[in-house]
Amino acid sequence: MLLAFGVMKLPAERALSLQHRSRSPGQFADIVNLDLHEKIGQLGFVAALSGFRAMLADFLFIKAHVAWERTEWGRVLFLFRQVTTLQPHVPLFWDMAAWHMAWNASAAAMNDQSQPRLALRVKAQREYFALGKDFLERGIENNPDKPQLYEALARLYREKFNDHVRASEFFGKAAALPGAPSYDKRFSAYELSYCEGREPEAYERLRALYDEGEKERLPTLIRRLKFLEGKLNFPPEQRIPDKER
Amino acid sequence: MSDAAASAVRHRAFSPARIFAITTNTLTELTRQKVFNVILIFGLLLIGSSLFMARFSFQQEFQILKDVSLGVMSILSSLLAIVATARLIPQDIEDRTIYTILAKPVPRFEYLLGKLFGVLLLLAISIALMSALFVAVLYLREQAVLNETLRQVSRPPGEQLDAALNAVRVAGLKIDILAGIAVIFFKACLLAALTLFVSTFATTNIFAIIVMVSVYFIGHLQATAREYWLEQQSAGWIAHVFLAIVALIFPDLQAFNLVDEVVAGVAIPLALFAKTALLGLFYIAIYTLAATFVFYGKEL
Repeated sequence: MLLAFGVMKLPAERALSLQHRSRSPGQFADIVNLDLHEKIGQLGFVAALSGFRAMLADFLFIKAHVAWERTEWGRVLFLFRQVTTLQPHVPLFWDMAAWHMAWNASAAAMNDQSQPRLALRVKAQREYFALGKDFLERGIENNPDKPQLYEALARLYREKFNDHVRASEFFGKAAALPGAPSYDKRFSAYELSYCEGREPEAYERLRALYDEGEKERLPTLIRRLKFLEGKLNFPPEQRIPDKER
Repeated sequence: MSDAAASAVRHRAFSPARIFAITTNTLTELTRQKVFNVILIFGLLLIGSSLFMARFSFQQEFQILKDVSLGVMSILSSLLAIVATARLIPQDIEDRTIYTILAKPVPRFEYLLGKLFGVLLLLAISIALMSALFVAVLYLREQAVLNETLRQVSRPPGEQLDAALNAVRVAGLKIDILAGIAVIFFKACLLAALTLFVSTFATTNIFAIIVMVSVYFIGHLQATAREYWLEQQSAGWIAHVFLAIVALIFPDLQAFNLVDEVVAGVAIPLALFAKTALLGLFYIAIYTLAATFVFYGKEL
């Protein structure tokens, strides 16, 4: 009787499982792969497969927090890799992992007193930047509809790589997603205004924002517009009024 | 017509009233066993974790609060379903209550249904209480963070304040959580029905509990076994037969783990929720049927 029932339930179970997997691509493969097994150990692997994945991820996240307080950067990286493998659809974990690597660990590497050679300190710092970027890129791969991660990657390009083109691109991508803060669009235009050769496009976008009304006429926006008007040699009659300066 | 004959005519083959009587009796019995202490454990865990999480940002705090609360709710309800159901039939046999009931014109399936509904009612009450506690804690924390944000950003550009408040609301309480909680309930009901089936042939409640804990773990791996079996990835025929048995006999408990997605902010489509609920009801019906089948053949 149970076997007959098993045959009956199989198609329904399979269809449901496929629907789950199509909604969360990569999650099923990640959860059963040997990589995860190696990362979290036997007990953790069984726990992850027994419906305690979220709680296990939280437990590891708390451990990572403690490791951060103790400035054990290798351990922070190791634990965040486990956390993000267990819960790839929680943007917060990707964002935190990237922040720890690109901001905290990189600053610690640069101020490392035990390393007298500046070149090696800079190298270590850049490696942490790259780790942060990698976390955010993989986070975006797993959560393509979350503006928070695009925004974090844009900030990383702006502040750590000084790459205004990519920063503008990712602020723009964040702005295009539902639920994004309204300043993402403006930030994208600001970043573009710092890019050599992209000034006319930047001016067009900033001017469009300016024309939207008083709400958008913020001091930075006006400052960037004035800068571009000067750089592009705009005739006085085409410039925004001076009183806005 | 004699009184006996009239009474026989009045006796109905299926009586919701009789089932209801057994259901209420089962619920009262379980309540006297202090099973609601799980709510106390849940409350203490919530309060404890709230105090511990003071060191985190509000996004981290809400994420952990939701994960832990829903995870603990799932574990406690599953445990409650298994432990409460496992003791029903063996206890009735031990107390000889079952003979008193079945000596009356009560069909065995009504007895089983009454017992099962009693446990389901208990699960519904427990999960409702835990949910209320969880929602209240999350709501209060969310309000506290919103007030704190309003206080800190005292003279904000409207846009910044909106973004800050929106971030709190996105991380906080969402209606989707209720769908996740409903799925936790279905999973617990499924486990109760399966435990009832196991307890029809188990001689002691300890045996039923051990079997069910094993089923719980295997059930979460069933989907993996099924995929390997169907995709012909097993090595030899022994492994193939073993995987087939796991896939056919055990329920797919992984299908009921929608909570992780809900907490991650992924909305559950109505169709997916309905299919999961239907699968749960299907399991419950089949396991209850199997329990009835075995129980009818049991010598009492």
